Amino acid sequence: MASADTAEPVRPDEIKAIPVRHPGRWVAAAIVIFLGVALGKSIATNARFQWGVVRHYFFTGQILHGALVTLELTVLAMAIGIVLGVLLAVMRLSPNPLLSSASWLYIWFFRGTPVLVQILFWFNISALYPRLSLGIPFGPQFAHFSANTLIRTFVAGVLALGLNEGAYMAEIVRAGIISVEEGQTEAAQSLGMTRLQTMWRIVLPQAMRVIIPPTGNETISMLKTTSLVSVIALTPPELLGAVQNIYDRTYQVIPLLLVASIWYLILTTVLTTGQFYLERYFGRGATRELPATPLQRLRRGLFSFQHASGEVRGASGEGR
Amino acid sequence: MSAPMVKAEGVHKRFGRLEVLKGISLEVQPGEVMCILGPSGSGKTTFIRCINHLEKIDAGRLWVDGELVGYRQAGDKLYELRDAEVCRERSQIGMVFQRFNLFGHMTALENVIEAPIRVKKTPKDAAVRAGKELLRRVGLEQKLDTYPSQLSGGQQQRVAIARALAMNPKLMLFDEPTSALDPELVGEVLDVMKALASDFGMTMVVVTHEIGFAREAGDTAVFMDDGVVVETGKPREVFANPRHERTKAFLSKVL
Repeated sequence: MASADTAEPVRPDEIKAIPVRHPGRWVAAAIVIFLGVALGKSIATNARFQWGVVRHYFFTGQILHGALVTLELTVLAMAIGIVLGVLLAVMRLSPNPLLSSASWLYIWFFRGTPVLVQILFWFNISALYPRLSLGIPFGPQFAHFSANTLIRTFVAGVLALGLNEGAYMAEIVRAGIISVEEGQTEAAQSLGMTRLQTMWRIVLPQAMRVIIPPTGNETISMLKTTSLVSVIALTPPELLGAVQNIYDRTYQVIPLLLVASIWYLILTTVLTTGQFYLERYFGRGATRELPATPLQRLRRGLFSFQHASGEVRGASGEGR
Repeated sequence: MSAPMVKAEGVHKRFGRLEVLKGISLEVQPGEVMCILGPSGSGKTTFIRCINHLEKIDAGRLWVDGELVGYRQAGDKLYELRDAEVCRERSQIGMVFQRFNLFGHMTALENVIEAPIRVKKTPKDAAVRAGKELLRRVGLEQKLDTYPSQLSGGQQQRVAIARALAMNPKLMLFDEPTSALDPELVGEVLDVMKALASDFGMTMVVVTHEIGFAREAGDTAVFMDDGVVVETGKPREVFANPRHERTKAFLSKVL
């Protein structure tokens, strides 16, 4: 109560201190800038990069089609992988010992052998089951592909990549499922929801928050793993196969590998963006405030720039 | 006298070699509010989890509204119920948990309408109307579109009560509904529970440490210790003149 007596509390002066100097940071920055400039100069001036050739081939039909095939392989293989992964994860957590060991065995086998070997295996499946060489292994739903040797390599590639991915996705999905609190299942059961409803409506949506980041990782990894399919000479070829076809003719190996690399980088960037928005969607309810989208951050940045005080509050309500 | 809503006869439950329930026999009449008290580890929570078959009992019999819980009896043989039948039994019993267990990815309203839509196949607009009304009754009409993580503990527990009520249960089980709450939030949840008992005549089995609630809203107080029912009676009598040493010892600690 002493403060009530004093007429006016005296506000102390704002602190104006000399900031700590960080000479180490300046040295480190100088080294990084030097290395960056050296690299940049070399990339710009070393004629053997043949940037002209890169530019010439970058948008040619063969390359664009190769990128498209790469995307198709990625999407289809991941689709198979995710569906299979959910199935295997649920089997693995099943109280039925036969189901859980079958899942264990599958994961053990497909994670235990190199994916390149699996690709070659599927490509040569006709040697194992000649009867299937006429058509497509799994039933009539693929029948419209049949007898077409060109697409058979594509299907072999998709199957090899997808079945392999299923084993990895199974572990990711399992981790997601067991990350959801037991109480969620109990609450759903106490309301009379069946096991399937509980899994589908309550557990999996919340597991997604844990499942999405590593799945994004897997998708990006898959995008590049599709280049392994070039060993079974896909026609029409995927991205790496497409540039190989060209440089086998022209011997411009380096610039064409650059073309492929830049396209892989572009596609990866697109996928990373997609992952951000997916994570944001499934993060609803888990965090009090969703992370801002780049657009929101930009808008907020501009806004706070106008009002130098920067007292703009987060756009928490947006995007719901 | 009407048939009891819950009837337990010599209910036993083991976890591995640990016997948690050692023969529980009791009856809860329709409209009755039974409060179960006792030290932690006495088996109170396990017992009410048995009532909606979240735990399987090892011996004895348990009926809810005349139906055997989890089993079907034909002659002297017991058959385990199929998943769908267990679900049907459970859908008539509401349960409120100590840790709320609201569905984290759903708003308050979505939490409340989920089971009516999926389990009872109520049309969505009817479920939404009923859900809004229930949330209004627990004082949360302002929070329909709020996610659980943005609600206080007391608000979450009130949503959880509305969620259980949305299935029109004939029996409500409360598992220490206020134990995870900050002291100043306990009252709002207890008020909702009291209103449920007095205004709607809901049959309730409440595991609680709230002596005040048991005295005010409870019709019966049951004191459990070490897997058995030690003492049963009117709350005022049990609290004023406990007959057993163990009840006295427990009450002297919590009162």
